[in-house]
Amino acid sequence: MRALLSVSLALAAFTAAAANERPVPPRPGLDFQSAETRQMQSDDGANPGMLWVEQGAALWRRVEGPEQRACASCHKSAADSMKGVAARYPGVDAASGALLNIEGRINQCRKQRMSVIAYPYESNELLALSAFVSYQSRGLPRKVAVDGPARPFFEAGRAFYNERQGQLNLACGQCHNDNWGKRLRGDVISQGQTDGWPAYRLEWQTLGSLHRRLRACSLGVRAEVLDYGAPEYLALELYLAWRGEGLPLTSPSVRR
Amino acid sequence: MPQPTRIVMPTSAKKGEVFQVKTIIQHEMESGFRRDNRGLAIPRHIITSFVVMYAGGEIFRADMFPGVAANPYFGFTTTAVETGEVVFTWTDDRGDVTTERRTITVA
Repeated sequence: MRALLSVSLALAAFTAAAANERPVPPRPGLDFQSAETRQMQSDDGANPGMLWVEQGAALWRRVEGPEQRACASCHKSAADSMKGVAARYPGVDAASGALLNIEGRINQCRKQRMSVIAYPYESNELLALSAFVSYQSRGLPRKVAVDGPARPFFEAGRAFYNERQGQLNLACGQCHNDNWGKRLRGDVISQGQTDGWPAYRLEWQTLGSLHRRLRACSLGVRAEVLDYGAPEYLALELYLAWRGEGLPLTSPSVRR
Repeated sequence: MPQPTRIVMPTSAKKGEVFQVKTIIQHEMESGFRRDNRGLAIPRHIITSFVVMYAGGEIFRADMFPGVAANPYFGFTTTAVETGEVVFTWTDDRGDVTTERRTITVA
């Protein structure tokens, strides 16, 4: 009887794990960092990412272009209007039907509402504004829409995540689902959660976008490194956001 | 050209109280040892000196060299002696100076 019970329990655990593609419990990226890095992130006086947040605050108010508008002209105080916004992104833009992340939305706003050119990906300005907007959702739980118009993007992201890629023939989940918490050479494998992005990465000596991090993942498995803002990375960003649903946002975080 | 900085310190303190100051400045701190995609040396560009003045004297000084990481952070403690300005000055090897001032009220 006892043997039967343990077998059925093991079976139940196995099916639960197979059915649940999301790591249980979800753990923020910070959990996999060293004590020194955690300390650097938790202290806003020492967190270098805050430099970009402050510049983002200045850019938010900077009037530009023929319309003589700033972000603040329409959105007023970011502390109110942008609260919780990053937690809902990426999302489908109702007008164009395109999937937009925070960077994409900022640039769409610049082009359509301010009539000025888009900031290039990884420019100091776009990093500063996206960090500033994400910062307004600090501590709020992630919750993205994956149904309706978002469904095809979500499925594309899920397929990309589960596809074996590159010369190493690895799918994302082979590290970040099956082996998180274990060591890969000097590092602890994280769950691949995106709660902290944009993040200050010590290796880069600067703040970087999630897509820069994903490019590093592609390079790591010796797959094709896609462009910043590539549809594959956008779809993956949506899937990853769903995968880490409920995790509070922590941008700007500090990573190794 | 002045660089963006962040300074965290109290705005008031009791006389004789020890308070903490945290500073960070955005700077590439290019070591001069790296090469670009074409194999050309990237010129050195680092902050070489950081000085903090308070109450008529120097309370903190650091000399920096190419081994210091980008966006250097310095944290230190000092004693509140009188109401006045704390002046932070970073100087880089191109002669660019960034100066920030914070006032502390000592009761």
